[in-house]
Amino acid sequence: MTDLVRTGFRFSRVAIYGVLLLACLVYLIPLIIMLITSFKTPMDIRTGNLLALPTDWTSMGWTKAWSEACTGVQCEGVKGYFWNSFKMTVPAVLISTLLGAFNGYVLSKWKFKGSDLMFGMMLFGCFVPFQVVLLPMAATLGKLGLANTTAGLVLVHVIYGVAFTTLFFRNYYVAIPDALVKAARLDGAGFFTIFFRILLPLSTPIFMVSLIWQFTQIWNDFLFGVVFASGDSQPITVALSNLVNTTTGVKEYNVDMAAAMIAALPTLVVYIVAGKYFIRGLTAGSVKG
Amino acid sequence: MNTFKRNLTALAVSAVLMPTAAVQAGEVEVLHWWTAGGEAKAAAALKEMMEEQGHTWKDFAVAGGGGEAAMTVLKTRAVSGNPPAAAQIKGLDIREWAKLGFLTSLDSVAESESWDQLIPPTISDVMKYEGEYVAVPVNVHRVNWLWVNPQVMEDVGVEIPTTLDEFFEVADKLKAEGYIPLAHGGQPWQDATVFDAVALAELGPDNYRKAFVDHDMSVINSNKMEEVFSQFAKVMSYVDDNAPGRDWNTATGMVIRGEAAMQIMGDWAKGEFTAAGLTPGEDYLCAPAPGTEGQFTFNVDSFAMFKLSEEEGIKAQEDLVRTILEPEFQTLFNQNKGSIPVRTDMDMSAFDTCAQASMDTFKSSADDGGLVPSFSHGLATTSYIQGQIFDVVTNFVNSNNPDPVKTTDQLAAAIQSAM
Amino acid sequence: MPCQAALRAAFGFIRGFFMEHTQYRPAEVARAPSGLMDGLQRWLPKLVVAPTVILIGIGIYGYMLWTGVLSFTNSSFLPSYEFIGLDQYAKLMESERWLVASRNLAIFGGLFIASCLLIGVVLAIFLDQRIRQEGAIRTIYLYPMALSMIVTGTVWRWILNPSLGLEKLMHDWGWTSFSFDWLVDSDFAIYTIVMAAVWQASGFVMALFLAGLRGVDSSIMRAARVDGASLPTIYWKIILPSLRPVFFSSVMVLAHIAIKSFDLVMAMTSGGPGYSTDLPAVFMYAHTFTRGQMGLGSASAMLMLGAILALLVPYLYSELRGKRHD
Repeated sequence: MTDLVRTGFRFSRVAIYGVLLLACLVYLIPLIIMLITSFKTPMDIRTGNLLALPTDWTSMGWTKAWSEACTGVQCEGVKGYFWNSFKMTVPAVLISTLLGAFNGYVLSKWKFKGSDLMFGMMLFGCFVPFQVVLLPMAATLGKLGLANTTAGLVLVHVIYGVAFTTLFFRNYYVAIPDALVKAARLDGAGFFTIFFRILLPLSTPIFMVSLIWQFTQIWNDFLFGVVFASGDSQPITVALSNLVNTTTGVKEYNVDMAAAMIAALPTLVVYIVAGKYFIRGLTAGSVKG
Repeated sequence: MNTFKRNLTALAVSAVLMPTAAVQAGEVEVLHWWTAGGEAKAAAALKEMMEEQGHTWKDFAVAGGGGEAAMTVLKTRAVSGNPPAAAQIKGLDIREWAKLGFLTSLDSVAESESWDQLIPPTISDVMKYEGEYVAVPVNVHRVNWLWVNPQVMEDVGVEIPTTLDEFFEVADKLKAEGYIPLAHGGQPWQDATVFDAVALAELGPDNYRKAFVDHDMSVINSNKMEEVFSQFAKVMSYVDDNAPGRDWNTATGMVIRGEAAMQIMGDWAKGEFTAAGLTPGEDYLCAPAPGTEGQFTFNVDSFAMFKLSEEEGIKAQEDLVRTILEPEFQTLFNQNKGSIPVRTDMDMSAFDTCAQASMDTFKSSADDGGLVPSFSHGLATTSYIQGQIFDVVTNFVNSNNPDPVKTTDQLAAAIQSAM
Repeated sequence: MPCQAALRAAFGFIRGFFMEHTQYRPAEVARAPSGLMDGLQRWLPKLVVAPTVILIGIGIYGYMLWTGVLSFTNSSFLPSYEFIGLDQYAKLMESERWLVASRNLAIFGGLFIASCLLIGVVLAIFLDQRIRQEGAIRTIYLYPMALSMIVTGTVWRWILNPSLGLEKLMHDWGWTSFSFDWLVDSDFAIYTIVMAAVWQASGFVMALFLAGLRGVDSSIMRAARVDGASLPTIYWKIILPSLRPVFFSSVMVLAHIAIKSFDLVMAMTSGGPGYSTDLPAVFMYAHTFTRGQMGLGSASAMLMLGAILALLVPYLYSELRGKRHD
């Protein structure tokens, strides 16, 4: 830890706190704006300004967003889509994380000829813009009979998420001393035994990192959701877009903001609750330092 | 065990009795982008009518004003071998889909319902491919409308302009009094809609067709087009600075609230006025866009039917297209959406004054050649060329130094490269 | 050096990749009891990665290849296989809109990455100074990453809207001559996209650097203090250079976000005013799908990928060479 306090530096603590607090404001204000707007009435929004508190606190924006707003011919709000997102995200996150763990294990402890090249190619795959794969993926899903199903969407997210999870696990396992694995092998332990008995117990931090990252990426995805899911199985990001992009009628910003908050809630909760595990996962190696 | 056996028998019995009902009741999955307001109500009405006939309507709504997101989704679904039963496909795109073999012929219904007698040829041509109907028109929108707030006009003491020059005079007076002369939303399709109206006014129907349907370079790359751009720049100078990105209905709201005096927009704007509880002729006025009296720029929404294999689905499709063109639906739908029925034999007494005026002009212009397809709404040319024109027009509107001469060259180059 | 172990556990993408510190060959170490078991152990690792290899082989490289092939055809509405050489690329170069989009990517990408790095490093250094409530402050900086870019774009579009947002707020508070209409000005709109994107991602960079800073050995600091070096100098000359891997990881993540910023542009400006905030990803989407020009869209996608390669490979190479000299 850079121990500047004890070494008696003359940097003004006030200045540091000032900058940090200012930054806090900048990061928080959009969220605050979203919150207060979601509790206003449309009249309030038109006549007031961004930061004005509601003259009349009302939760009608929220109830409308949850169960009454129109996202198509149905006007049932976003609640159904909320569950769709869960149904799609949870399996995708679990599968891609598990695959990543196994891949990371192999690529760090059981290297074979070409495994590093394989890793490099996986890495590059992280940068492909998704628009490029929409049509060929659709054709493939169709041939597999998975077109328009939640399972198909899960498959798509697994394919494009496994590169990242492999990355996380591979780099994490590389830091675990090979001596551990070597000793286990001398004792006669096999491939899976070493994984489950030795590496897995040590992997909690990186599991958290991977789960959090994947959950965020997949939950917030829009492009795959709008293209590969249809009607009732669409995720909430698509429902939000439908709701916000109404082409007629008065724009009800309070409903829009409430819906945006509903869509953002799970990932926000994950970051707030599990954020410290995320940081812990990032700094895990330093403990051994 | 007994309950199990009993349930099994019940299931078996019902399975035997069901088929007769099942053959009639099909499911149509319908892709559209009518996600709110009057449009959604109209779509819901169609859904109800289908359900009354025993079919199921599987809604597949993808929002996004002009339907771009919906079209993308449609393409991926088609490529994956699983297209919806019906999709809201417009204009020349219908031809593209038919060419690729995706659409099914609707001639059986067309003949039994005599569509050829009901729909003007200019429009049914767009619905047909190689002589067969592959799509059903739902309505006719007129694009070259001018929507006016009479109160504002009265306060300033001006009349509704009938030519572009009159428009400029009126706009100057309005501006002097602190009103926004022209409400507008700065999105490419809206810029193009205004350009559409100005082009029609300056070029006239014949040259309009030459430029935007036939792509005759002698008309596109000419002094006339430079004049169109100059006039267009002048019209746009009466738009307020906050226009970029604004939605079209927000702009209509400005007219409703009296902040702005006029808006050049298609007749779907009527839905906004109606939703605000206003009466045409009293609280708001509709007039042909300046300089386009007697001319009708049309935009037709339509549904195309994809080839299906199950009998029930095909039956449902046929019922869907038949229902769409029936007078009951035509009345209900068009009243909600602001357009006019596509059937020329309709009784228009249930419609308001603007719709009636629209229908009159529709019929007269069909006869005298003033009925032109709207390029800004995909009825005149391919989506590629339309997109190219959009780019040039919207760039012109948003540039800090609009140059009509250079822009005309750009327009010619853009259209040429897309042909 | 001990700090390297810490950094590797952090997002040390390529660094770990090139750190071949042990060549562990399983077969050398233990004599397995039977030939069959030995063979199985040799094949098992490959079997385990096989599904992923197949998925990525097809899902990424296969599709990229397909797109590449299409870029040489005259595909319009749906794919066709009539080859026309480099015509699509030529058309691309003549397209005014593509040039604007490319320029925008350079401006956006450059500013975005630079700003995030600057803000992230500064905040991380400050946060490292034994701040009270560090956990809470960290969470506040980090939460924007949890939001979908559609949410971010929608909120920021509203905030920067001249008649409803920031400008109106300032007017209401008394500064009537305040004007901030970048969002609707063709020349400046791209910078508003940068602002929203930096807001979203800088906290994440901060987290990466904080993790990195925590791994720096305090004995180095003490030695430098003893030598009389001032604080800024210590940071600039000693600590930051040792965080090169973190810089590298951050650039990777940020570049990835910059390329994916399709959702953000669509939610904030839809590419407008006009097409002044167009980006190659938006251009590609518009032409492939809306305008039915798959050939042209594929060509633009290949150029995007080419640009990514052009940036990644030199950076990778320089990092690799740096390591060899350690």
